[in-house]
Amino acid sequence: MDYYKMSAAEAAGALQNKEVTSQELTASVLRRIGEVEEEIQGFITLLDENETLLEAEKIDKARASGESLSLLAGVPMALKDNLCTRGIPTTCASKILRKYRPPYDAHVVEKLKETGTVLVGKANLDEFAMGSSTENSAYYTTRNPWDTTRVPGGSSGGSAALVAAGEVFFALGSDTGGSVRQPASLCGVVGLKPTYGLVSRYGLIAFASSLDQIGPLTRDIRDCALVMDVIAGHDPRDSTSVPREKENYTDYLGRDVKGLKVALPRDYFEEGINAEVKKVVMEAVRKCSGLGMEIEEVSMPYTSCALPAYYLVATAEASSNLARYDGVQYGYRAAEAKNLLSLYKKTRNEGFGPEVKRRIMLGTYSLSSGYYDAYYLQSLKARTLIREDFQKVFENYDFIVTPTSPTVAFKAGEKTDDPLTMYLSDICTITANLAGVPAISIPCGFVDGMPVGLQVLGRPFDEGRIFQFCYALESLLGVRNQLPEVNVKRGG
Amino acid sequence: MSHEYEIIIGLEVHAELQTKSKIFCSCPNSFGQKPNTNVCPVCLGLPGSLPVFNESALDLALKAALALNCEISTFSRFDRKNYFYPDLPKAYQISQYDFPVARNGYLDVVKEGETIRRIRIDRLHLEEDAGKLQHDPSGSSSYVDFNRCGVPLMEIVSAPDLRSPEEARLYLESLKRILLYTGTSDCKMEEGSLRCDANISLRPVGSKEFGAKVEIKNMNSFKAVQKGLEYEVYRQEKLLREGERVYQETRRWFEEQGITLEMRGKEEEKDYRYFPEPDLPPLNITAERVRKIRELLPELPVQRASRYIEEYQLTPYQAEVITSSQGLADFFEETLKGYRDAQKVSNWLLGDVLKLVNEQGGEIGVLSFQPVHLAELLSLLDEGVISGRTAKEVLEETFQTGKAPREVVQAKGLVQISDEKSLLNVIDKVLAENKGAVEDYTSGNKKALAFLVGSTMKHTKGQANPQLVQQLLRQRLDG
Amino acid sequence: MSVSRKEVEYVASLARLDLLPEEKESITQQFNVILDYIQRLKELNLSGVEPTTHVQQLKNVFREDRSEEKGRELLPEVLEEAPDSARGLFKVPPVIEEES
Ligand SMILES: [Mg+2]
Ligand SMILES: [Zn+2]
Repeated sequence: MDYYKMSAAEAAGALQNKEVTSQELTASVLRRIGEVEEEIQGFITLLDENETLLEAEKIDKARASGESLSLLAGVPMALKDNLCTRGIPTTCASKILRKYRPPYDAHVVEKLKETGTVLVGKANLDEFAMGSSTENSAYYTTRNPWDTTRVPGGSSGGSAALVAAGEVFFALGSDTGGSVRQPASLCGVVGLKPTYGLVSRYGLIAFASSLDQIGPLTRDIRDCALVMDVIAGHDPRDSTSVPREKENYTDYLGRDVKGLKVALPRDYFEEGINAEVKKVVMEAVRKCSGLGMEIEEVSMPYTSCALPAYYLVATAEASSNLARYDGVQYGYRAAEAKNLLSLYKKTRNEGFGPEVKRRIMLGTYSLSSGYYDAYYLQSLKARTLIREDFQKVFENYDFIVTPTSPTVAFKAGEKTDDPLTMYLSDICTITANLAGVPAISIPCGFVDGMPVGLQVLGRPFDEGRIFQFCYALESLLGVRNQLPEVNVKRGG
Repeated sequence: MSHEYEIIIGLEVHAELQTKSKIFCSCPNSFGQKPNTNVCPVCLGLPGSLPVFNESALDLALKAALALNCEISTFSRFDRKNYFYPDLPKAYQISQYDFPVARNGYLDVVKEGETIRRIRIDRLHLEEDAGKLQHDPSGSSSYVDFNRCGVPLMEIVSAPDLRSPEEARLYLESLKRILLYTGTSDCKMEEGSLRCDANISLRPVGSKEFGAKVEIKNMNSFKAVQKGLEYEVYRQEKLLREGERVYQETRRWFEEQGITLEMRGKEEEKDYRYFPEPDLPPLNITAERVRKIRELLPELPVQRASRYIEEYQLTPYQAEVITSSQGLADFFEETLKGYRDAQKVSNWLLGDVLKLVNEQGGEIGVLSFQPVHLAELLSLLDEGVISGRTAKEVLEETFQTGKAPREVVQAKGLVQISDEKSLLNVIDKVLAENKGAVEDYTSGNKKALAFLVGSTMKHTKGQANPQLVQQLLRQRLDG
Repeated sequence: MSVSRKEVEYVASLARLDLLPEEKESITQQFNVILDYIQRLKELNLSGVEPTTHVQQLKNVFREDRSEEKGRELLPEVLEEAPDSARGLFKVPPVIEEES
């Protein structure tokens, strides 16, 4: 049986009804991995198959002995390789952390372990989550399962591709400027960036601390809600984790959406948005009125300063977050350094890839004396204006709908020489990080056989209603759990 | 020192706060463990770890700030100070830049019981300590121990108000006393829990402009601070006299040689690229919190000394010495609860008691000798149970064993015989044995009485109350 | 406004990056393109706007002052990751006290 084609919720249901065992589910995805992984290259670390099956067996035994298990117990999944896993390599797709094994688990990893999900491996990403295509991975580029000559998006490209290719039932990614939503959009899966502070960042290797959030990549909305039920919630080890009562997100699914108001910000449909993509998104939006929702155009005038503000905030924080990789305590150390200064400089220059160095440089520059006020401080002020744009719209509307990515997945190598064009592919997603609001990407159609994503943004901590809306839209559009035929290369 | 130049000194003091755990993680705040065993992912700065702020560190810093007469900031926050050094695992120090917890305080510098100057304090802020480097004697490698990483520090920055190296030392002594009094830091310079850097410049008397500022590091005792600054005054004055320039630089104090030397490499830009720490939400320090901490403030040394002068009629010298340590002052007051004569307590405390404390090398109040003991000892003296000479013996014994003076007196049979009947028995014996002396007395030689008192004391092995012996002898002889 | 190669070298030394000559060249170029784009911010009137350092309204997030020892248990795992260590210490090339 091709169990891997099920959604996580379907697989969980089958497990509960004892129609299938976790070992069978795991064996099914491992077979699938055997078939397609060589082509997709979504994993950086694939755990030993026997040990993975052993984990599955433990869950099966617990279930057989009548132990009460969490819903997702026994479901195979993957983690983006910037989430710390004790004793298991966590590389951030960087040479500087090659073979690095953290001595502790990230908060979300603890939560998934408690739940009993089965970890299959660690997913590829752009080095330190800096990029939009996984081409910045120090190891290899992951391929888009819908067309393996194209990129899966990034930086959680590995996670998205693995979910889309049926290699795992769900995966976790991290989103600093669209790194969950953009690859979800490009790979035709669901990807959520939660409200800043909803999911603990403890154990997520930081890119830009004030923007980073961990989020699920799943085959449909129900799966996304299920995963959020596991990973959301207060964690005292993350000072920016917000203490609030835990919600049950699956409760929102199936509730009526009549009368809810959707804002359509013009500003997101202008600069650089591909006409075909725009058409598919607008068609999906029009169908919302069939759900009894009100749709109105609005203006969010400060959208155009989001990208420059984002690149200053993100790179400034990154320059500081990545200063610790200096060859002293862990990770790569350059050989033959005579003194400390050359040890630092050689280690860092050899250990980081070009995009990471470029961002460290930009961030260092904007924080350095004489430029702080002109760049960094300005970007913090622009951030205030962007936040206020959102606050104003949310006074009158429940959701904001935009395209997730201005284009469908592009060809590998197409944008690698031009950082600015690459940065522009995040244009629709970065505002949610700057404002800290939740945003989801769901599939809404195709252009030239490649998936198109629609982004829904909501008020802070309004994930429940985002699921409510997207669940209705998903069934209306008939777009859940669509798996591509992966062109499997055989032989030679 | 000539009067051509005015000396301008400012001090930056780092003091470790006496919390149970570190500032951003739950590792114990302790000293002297095996290398790298007092660590966790947070203080090691491992990828993915995050800081969480220790509330006690804030409260202790606020307590110190209030004792230093500072204004407490309503809004405060942490910033990252970015620089590379192997003892700094994140390559940034979480510190405070433009919103420290407190500003604009002052400290009264005291010399021999009298306030000589009021020194302004610019700011007091919180930060994390770094690890420690060890160096291979052969110079082939260095080693890092991260145990001290994340120990909470407060940095106390004075205004450039100090006008002599001696004043700088006295400022430090006054500051230390306050920190000890408030229980905010143990101020052990030898363990590195108190560290001091100095900024010093000279300018012609009457000039309004500051001269080039030289920073001095590595002064590991209060004396070293004074000596380092004295050397620097000499060096700078010589340069200025000879028409040469003083360069703004960082210099290191070499204790053995008694000189300062320019630190190599420090000339590189100090571009710390401070920015707000995104991992820590800002602080809103409420009036309520400040009020509660103010209530916890003990009476500070200067106030306490003036109260002693007024309430107990101590001399300024006595008051200063007793209040120089909180332990001693507490001991003094605790003793007074059981014995009222403050002068006697003060005399004994500053005399025999301190002498024994110093001999034992301990700390008053922590040793087995307790205030109740001193009160008891002084009462025994007053009651005539023991003599002054015996009292010193008892004091030593109590110091050694921690046994109460009354117990010591009893166990060793040191009780003064004050019982008239038994004394009269002895006296009658003495009179019978010394007929000659009795005759001398009755014939008018009053010195014979002293001899008879002595003989009686001898018979009682010194345990008789001498006043009583004298009185009874007179009764017998005169009556 | 444009960035000179010398400024790029200064920034690289602050960031402890030993850039190769061709890297300096390409970064200088790309810097200028990106900074040019960032000039957009300058067109905004930001005077009187409060900077956003944290998106949430959280204040006073504290930890109770309780200690817990983890180091001894953690040490072997931590040291195993060290590029070089001896006697439980992390080993680095000689650091002259003055160098910082
Ligand atoms: Mg400091
Ligand atoms: Zn720790």
